[in-house]
Amino acid sequence: MWRRRSGAGRSETEEPRAEARAETQAVTREPAALTIDALGRKCPIPIIMLADQINQVPMGAVVEVLADDPAAYTDIPAWCRLKSHAHVDSAEIPQGGWAIRVRRNY
Amino acid sequence: MVYLDAASTEPLHPAARDALLAALDSGWADPARLYGAARRAQMLLEQARADVADVLGARPDEVVFTASGTQAVHLGVLGALNGRRRIGRHLVIGAVEHSSVLHAAEEHEHGGGTVEVVGVSRTGEVDAEAFAEAVSRPGTALACLQTGNHEVGTLQPVEEAAAACRAAGVPLLVDAAQSAGRLPLPRDWSVLTASAHKWGGPAGVGVLAVRKGTRWRSPYPQDERERRRAPGFENVPAIVAAAAALRARTGDAAAQAAENARLSALVERVRTEVPRLVPDVEVVGDPVRRLPHIVTFSCLYVEGEALLTELDRAGFAVSSGSSCTASTLRPSHVLEAMGVLTHGNVRVSLPQGVSEGDVDRFLAALPDIVRRIRASLGVH
Repeated sequence: MWRRRSGAGRSETEEPRAEARAETQAVTREPAALTIDALGRKCPIPIIMLADQINQVPMGAVVEVLADDPAAYTDIPAWCRLKSHAHVDSAEIPQGGWAIRVRRNY
Repeated sequence: MVYLDAASTEPLHPAARDALLAALDSGWADPARLYGAARRAQMLLEQARADVADVLGARPDEVVFTASGTQAVHLGVLGALNGRRRIGRHLVIGAVEHSSVLHAAEEHEHGGGTVEVVGVSRTGEVDAEAFAEAVSRPGTALACLQTGNHEVGTLQPVEEAAAACRAAGVPLLVDAAQSAGRLPLPRDWSVLTASAHKWGGPAGVGVLAVRKGTRWRSPYPQDERERRRAPGFENVPAIVAAAAALRARTGDAAAQAAENARLSALVERVRTEVPRLVPDVEVVGDPVRRLPHIVTFSCLYVEGEALLTELDRAGFAVSSGSSCTASTLRPSHVLEAMGVLTHGNVRVSLPQGVSEGDVDRFLAALPDIVRRIRASLGVH
């Protein structure tokens, strides 16, 4: 169905492409420094939690947000773009929802 | 109340009100019958058809009236697909079409057809190249594209899409709901749909135009009304009123262009001022290639429903594509396809004749309302 891009979400760091791919792979191997459990929480709460807590990880580290509100799937990458952080990737999780990974840029 | 939701429905045009009241007395009889009152109703109906056809750039016998814009789209999409069943079962649509197109496509898919959704840019513009490629696939029965987006105002590349469809020999359905009665309409289409209450006519009147030579077969049981294309007894008074509103809106091209320019400048003011007055706001949609009356923005860390409720309490009627305000609990498929913020979304759409003061009052009230909602969620 066209309302949901299935599987893993595209990375926000698409340009320049080759560089971004290398970067994504490097970060994917690195475990998340912090996991925020926003399962069951409606938007904008998952984003508020992310904005509140991203500064708890070191510069360049990855925060993973677990969320099942469909809005979070679009809104967390959009937040990254607006706030100049990097959306690393989004993956479906077994219990429903997504693990959405964000790298702190500043 | 300051009404800023014209994209949902335009207030009834005074010319439509007058025509409606007159036609309730003179156009109530069954236009399919042969006595005097019936012939009067039929004359009114055919005059309205000729007037609407003239504005759409169609022949009167290509135009039928439906019960709504949504029904016009359902009939247009499914009828055109039916008519080309033997040629193919592939349907191409833009990712940000109105839900009526999406639901018709879903129906087509359930019936064993295939649907290809062409993506949009960050501003909501359908990728014209990808659209052209999609319609050129063998077995494509129909393509659908809106003139302008109902949620974010972005204009679509209809001319390019029409050229691609023509080259591929595929009919194009143009959904003109947001631009009919506002902007000059494209001429190159096979099927065109519109909705009267979006241009200041009454609710309950949709328009379905099917070009001569376009294969079309009704998805409904047979009915003799409206050239066998739309079922049921026509609402003649409402149709007469719809045509009167359209004539009044489009009759004076210079006046219409001036009003469009005025509304567009007010939209530009909202686009500029909202990010200046409210922190953490994203204005979405194309800043230039857009409809004159629609502007949409999203406020970070704000729940859309809370925002609409507070704006309503302050006397402003606006709408939102945020999930919590919709019946589905899904975010707007338009914002989702664009990859922009879906929460805290506000669509402001300006009715004809809206005052500058109303827009300024909205801009004055918004910052404090957003600040209060954010504070209630612990965001400062």
